[in-house]
Amino acid sequence: MGGAGRLLAPFALLAAAVCTPAAANLIGDADRGATLFQRQCSACHRIGPDAVNRVGPQLNGLYGRRAGAVPEFPYSKSMARMGSDGLTWTLETLDAYVENPKALVSGTRMAYKGLKDDGPRADLLAFLRDYSDRPRDIPEAEPTARKTLPDLAPEILAIEGDAEYGAYLSSECSTCHQRDGTDRGIPSITEWPAEDFVIAMHAYKEKLRPHPVMQMMAGRLSNEEIAALAAYFATLEE
Amino acid sequence: MLNRRIFIHSAVAATAALSAPRVLGQTKPRVVVIGGGAGGATVARYLAKDAAGALDVTLIEPNATYYTCFFSNLYLGGFREFESLAHGYDAIAAAGVTLVQDMAAGVDPAARTVTLAGGGVLPYDRLVISPGIDFVEGSVPGWTLADAEVMPHAYKAGPQTQLLKAQIEAMPEGGLFCMVAPPNPYRCPPGPYERVSMVAHMLTQMNPTAKILVLDPKEKYSKQALFEEGWQKHYSGMVEWIGPDMGGNVVEVRPGSMEVLIDGEVQKVDVCNVIPGQMAGAIAAAAGVTDATGWAPVDPATMQARADANIYVLGDASAQGDMPKSAFSANSQAKVAAMAIRAELTGSKLFPAKYSNTCWSLIAPEDGVKVGASYEPTPEKIASVESFISQTGEDAALRKATYEESLGWYEGITADIFG
Repeated sequence: MGGAGRLLAPFALLAAAVCTPAAANLIGDADRGATLFQRQCSACHRIGPDAVNRVGPQLNGLYGRRAGAVPEFPYSKSMARMGSDGLTWTLETLDAYVENPKALVSGTRMAYKGLKDDGPRADLLAFLRDYSDRPRDIPEAEPTARKTLPDLAPEILAIEGDAEYGAYLSSECSTCHQRDGTDRGIPSITEWPAEDFVIAMHAYKEKLRPHPVMQMMAGRLSNEEIAALAAYFATLEE
Repeated sequence: MLNRRIFIHSAVAATAALSAPRVLGQTKPRVVVIGGGAGGATVARYLAKDAAGALDVTLIEPNATYYTCFFSNLYLGGFREFESLAHGYDAIAAAGVTLVQDMAAGVDPAARTVTLAGGGVLPYDRLVISPGIDFVEGSVPGWTLADAEVMPHAYKAGPQTQLLKAQIEAMPEGGLFCMVAPPNPYRCPPGPYERVSMVAHMLTQMNPTAKILVLDPKEKYSKQALFEEGWQKHYSGMVEWIGPDMGGNVVEVRPGSMEVLIDGEVQKVDVCNVIPGQMAGAIAAAAGVTDATGWAPVDPATMQARADANIYVLGDASAQGDMPKSAFSANSQAKVAAMAIRAELTGSKLFPAKYSNTCWSLIAPEDGVKVGASYEPTPEKIASVESFISQTGEDAALRKATYEESLGWYEGITADIFG
C-alpha cells in the first residue's frame, strides 16, 4: 500500500483539503484464520486442493453454497432441512453459524461450541473465503470485504452538499443514465428536482424501491454523498 | 485573464516539480493514454473535460473506428447490426484530446516516453495503459493466433466476430458448433455463455438439428444456473457442456482437419470457437508493469501501477482484485484514475475511489439477466462488498425489462466512453 502514500505525500504540502481515501475492510486476516483453522477445525474438516470429507464435510467453495449440499456427506436431518429451506452460506449466515452453531441449526452434528470472539471469527471467515469463488471470475460470488461508508474530511464535504464531489460521484450514474436525457430502457435523471432525488436515493438505500442495481448504488452512498449528488444535479438545472 | 493563466501555469509547474521533472518549454503536464477502448477512451475524455485545458491529453489508438466487444454476441445472435457496435473518436477529439492514430510500440519508463510503431516518440508526465487483452501462447494445444482464420477466437470484436458469424451461417444441416471456453481469469466472465445462447438462438432459427458442444476447463462459471435454465427452456437438447471432470480441461484442437481432441478422443466439428487463456495487452509487459501472472498489479485506490507510480493501468489488463474484466469495470476504473491523475497534476481534490460493475446477458429474445457488484479499495486489492444476480424462475416481464435495460445501458456507456 505504498501507492496512496506516494500519491498523497507531495500534495499534503499544497492542498490541505486532500482526504485519505476511504477503504473497505477485508473480512479478516486470512493468515491468522489459517492458524485458527488448524487448531480448532482441522480435526474434522479438510480444505484446499484434494480436500475430501472427513468427520465433517470438505469446505472448498463454502461461500455461496447451499447448506447441506456436499455430495455423499451424511448431514444431520436438521442441516439437510435448513438447506432445502434455502439456507445458503454467506458472510452473514456463516458468521452466525460459527458464532453459535446450534443457534442457527439446532440439530447440527458439528460438535463445536462456537467462536464468540468477533476478531478471530472474522479471521476464520476470511481464511474460508480464500477457498471459495473469486468475484473477479464469478461476479456474483460472495463479497470479500465489508463495506464502509466513507469517512470524509469535513473541509472536503460540507453537509450542504459538495457539488464538485457530486460531479465525481455522478460519473458513476452516467455509465447508464445519459446526461442528454435519453430515456430508453434506463430512465433519465437529468433535471430531476433535488428534493425528489434525495428522497428516491434514500428509498433505494432502505430497499423500499425495488431495483437491485439502484439498491446497490444508493446503498453505499452516505447522507453527505446523496447531498453532494443532489447539489451537483441542482447545478445542472441552472 | 492572461495574468491569471500565467499564475495557474506556474502553480502547476511548482506542484509537478516535486514529483516530475519538466520537459523544457512545456507548459502543461502531459498525459498519454494507450488504447481507445472502454478504459482508455473514458479516461482521456474525462481528463480533458474535467481538467478544462490544464492538461495536455493524447490518446494513442491504431483504429479510427472502435467495435465494442460488449454486445458483439448480440450481433452473432442476429439482434444487432455489426455497424451498431462501431464508435468513432470525433467527440473525444472535440473534448480536447489529441488523437494519434498509431500503435504504441514501446515505453521507456525512465525517460517517460512512448515510442510509436510509426516512429514517433511521445513524452509523458503520466501514462495510462489500457490495452485490453492478448492471448497466452500455447494455452490451447494445437492452436496459435495464425489459426484464428480457421478457428476464430472472436474475443476481440472486429473481423473475427464477422468471420465467426459467417462460419455459423455456413454450417451444414445438423452440424456441430464447438466452443473451447477459456480458463480464469478472462475478459467478460458470462461472455462465452451468452455467446452459446446467441449461437443456439441463431441455430434454432436456421439449423434446428445442429448441436453445440462447450468444452470448459472451469468447474463453475458466472450465471451458470441462469444459463442452464435458459438453455433447457429455449434450446432443449441442443447444448452440451463438458466440464473438467469429463475432460473439458484436456483439450487439443487440429485446425487442419477441423477436429477437437477431448481427453484424447477425436471429435469432428464444423465450427470451432477457440477462446484461449488471456493476459494483459503486450504493451503492459513492454512497459514493465506486469508480473508473473501476465497482468499488471495496481494500487486499489488509484489504479496506479504497483511497479511504476507514473503509469496507470486500466480495465482487462490490470490485476486489481475482485472486479471482473468488463467494459463496465474499465469505465468505472477510468473515472477513478482520471480523478487521481488530475489530483496529482493539477492539485484538484482527491475523492475516495468507488467502483461498480454490472454485466447483462441475453439468453433468448427478451430474456435478459444481469449480475452486478460494488467494490471498494482495501490496502491489498479492490474488494467486492455487495453483489446481486437475477434469479432463476423470474417472470417474462422482468426478463424483458432487464433486456431493455441492457439496451439502455449500451447507449449510456458508449455515450459515456466516446462522448
